[in-house]
Amino acid sequence: MKITNIATLLGGNIVTGKERVETRVSYGFAADLLSDVLTLEVEGVLLITGLCTLQTIRTAEMAEIECVVIARGKKVSPAMKDLAERTGLILIEVECSVFRASAMLFDAGLEPVF
Amino acid sequence: MKFEFEIEDGDFAKAGTASSQVKHILKQLNVDTKIIKKTTVAIYEAEVNVVAHAVGGGTLTADINLERIVVEVVDQGPGIADIPQAMTEGFSTASPEVISMGFGAGMGLPNMRKNADKLEITSGVGEGTRVVITNYI
Repeated sequence: MKITNIATLLGGNIVTGKERVETRVSYGFAADLLSDVLTLEVEGVLLITGLCTLQTIRTAEMAEIECVVIARGKKVSPAMKDLAERTGLILIEVECSVFRASAMLFDAGLEPVF
Repeated sequence: MKFEFEIEDGDFAKAGTASSQVKHILKQLNVDTKIIKKTTVAIYEAEVNVVAHAVGGGTLTADINLERIVVEVVDQGPGIADIPQAMTEGFSTASPEVISMGFGAGMGLPNMRKNADKLEITSGVGEGTRVVITNYI
């Protein structure tokens, strides 16, 4: 799925990476536990999380995550935005819960990692 | 080539800075992307452990040549009482603050082992910890 379609579907606000909204992701993964994110071996992953911290961005960088959806209406801090821009991460804020965002993307055809 | 980085204890805002720099160096050296990922995940887990547990911080040293990447992470923290127990998935001594940051689920050391071709851990209570991660290119 294209990032632009994901943002539209979720009614999300693209905070960083607007120039790369045509990027495609193949898999969705939902977690607030960053160590779980670090166990992923597949490429083309979109992470859905309610954990809105600098470490979310840093972990996405290490795990080669293409795009992070920050759920539950949480707002990205300036430091998070800066780090996401520097590491080339696409960040999207959405108002809905992790559960709802996951369900919508699953229904739209985004594959689970396992 | 050898690169050394300081790791500050307790500063989660900076956790991962050293691992990020190593990742950048490996990319510049055109190392295979899968090797870069497994190496950065392993050393990031080690770096987070120092931030989370080691009072006084530590150092991360990356030694890279054409055949392998060796990363040594050393701290003067409380040490690990029982290394085999610490290697068990789910075992953790992390504080609530560390858990609130998304870590501390007892997956750090098992994840390091999974992403390292060779992993050496030497530690003792009150003696700090030395982790050496080797990945072959």
